Amino acid sequence: MSTPAYDTVKLARANKRPTGLDYIQNLCGDFFELHGDRCYGDDGAIVGGVGHFRGIPVTFLAIEKGHTAKERAARSFGAPHPEGYRKALRLMKQAEKFHRPVLCFVDTSGAYCGIGAEERGQGQAIATNLMEMMGLNTPVITLLIGEGGSGGALALSVADRVWMLENAVYSVISPEGCASILWKDAGKADEAAQCLRLTARDALALGIIEKILPERELGQPAFYGLLADRLEKELHLLLGQPDLLSRRYARFRAFGRPKTLESPPLLGVK
Amino acid sequence: MPFLNFHYKPKNELETGGRAAALIQEDASEPEKTCPNCHKSIPLSRLWSNWNTCPCGYHFRMGGRQRLRAIADKGSFRELFAQVEGEDPLEFPGYREKLEQVRNASSEKEAVLCGTARIGGQRCCLFIMEPYFMMGSMGAAVGEKITSLFEYATQYRLPVVGYTVSGGARMQEGLLSLMQMAKTSGAVKAHSDAGLFYCTVLTDPTTGGVTASFAMEGDIILAEPGATVGFAGARVVEQTTRKALPKGFQTAEFLLKHGFVDAIVPRRDQQRVLTSLLGLHQRGEAL
Repeated sequence: MSTPAYDTVKLARANKRPTGLDYIQNLCGDFFELHGDRCYGDDGAIVGGVGHFRGIPVTFLAIEKGHTAKERAARSFGAPHPEGYRKALRLMKQAEKFHRPVLCFVDTSGAYCGIGAEERGQGQAIATNLMEMMGLNTPVITLLIGEGGSGGALALSVADRVWMLENAVYSVISPEGCASILWKDAGKADEAAQCLRLTARDALALGIIEKILPERELGQPAFYGLLADRLEKELHLLLGQPDLLSRRYARFRAFGRPKTLESPPLLGVK
Repeated sequence: MPFLNFHYKPKNELETGGRAAALIQEDASEPEKTCPNCHKSIPLSRLWSNWNTCPCGYHFRMGGRQRLRAIADKGSFRELFAQVEGEDPLEFPGYREKLEQVRNASSEKEAVLCGTARIGGQRCCLFIMEPYFMMGSMGAAVGEKITSLFEYATQYRLPVVGYTVSGGARMQEGLLSLMQMAKTSGAVKAHSDAGLFYCTVLTDPTTGGVTASFAMEGDIILAEPGATVGFAGARVVEQTTRKALPKGFQTAEFLLKHGFVDAIVPRRDQQRVLTSLLGLHQRGEAL
């Protein structure tokens, strides 16, 4: 038995969905890819670079799954290594320096799980991105275009606006992982998907995203045209915002805040 | 400097107890615990008076309040945000019952203990995560308490010392628990930008979303000997890669070797080391 939520998970994972690079190439005519983290290597799972978007110089970042089997293997199926996150951070810092907004396209089952990734500090790389993105003084918009898998997706999603495609998912753990931990049975993934509230509609209801983008004509020129209109409008709004960082802080500060919590008096400190 | 010499050398005469240990008359009826490392039995009273460590150097898990007594100056701790407790925002099956059960068993409301304290006479904010509360997993309440503590520390210009132990984000709270990683990181960033000191002590186990947020954001990162620290769980890594894991994979020693912790500090030295480090980061006042 499949649940509606798990059907969405399957759609989000479908091979035929446009990937991050498709979005970049359709939104930007002069994209120039930049490689490497300047420390260890270049991670194929994260694509980054610069280009014009409707006349505005923009830094693009995308977690890229690839289309063909060969491509997918080379990009480790869109599961970034620490060097990928460090490359992303390098390019974000560069964007801040040159006052360019950052557009992120996120599509990953999660950060890469492997010996090398642990040796090179997967946790530290993600932690650093979260911390630095919180203080990145330039507008950041993140689009969740397929799977938004846990910390690996969040590392590019500490943004001023987070939008999701209609059939994208955003979750703290994969439904399979959740089912195998809680019920010792990965086969109950469909049930877990329902419990985790991971669809775009759930995320909007929880206040975690600002917008759901319809998938009508997904991957067609009309789809990208409408998306570009919305992005352009939002970018202009964000570029004019003087208190960008305090708003970004407040955006995340509000998640899971109890209704009544007063600031306590100074205790035990003289 | 003495506090730079952290490496534990097990099995020397002093540390295995030596002559002093032989003098202790042990009550045969006292409950004992078997050390998984040296396989000897240790009477509980001796274990507790020894910071919950075996004479061989093995560090047993330690509850939050017990750890607090070992680290903070006597009577100096003032708890903050104790009223914050987790809810069941997603109405996740079984979560409410689980929370109630854990609360009754642990007498704690949530998986982290926050407050102000003095360590070696120096004031600081302190958080200690609780392994006996759903293995220190981070839900909205844990994120809220840690974020509030950092905001408090920034407001009153205090350093933060944090003991981490966590299985990661609390999946029963879904996306709201994932968002705590960003929320806490934001508060750590503001504290750091204010020029204030943050020291983390990674204890067994520190994994998942806590590793990938405030555990790894300290100015100085210490770890307990033998602690498991990593992002993905070792079993998951093994199953995914189908490769044998290297010896000592994801231990504190492994992280030290790969450059992700500053030092490994055994429990009995932690109070002394934290005192030195807090002293080294007092700005202006010492001049």
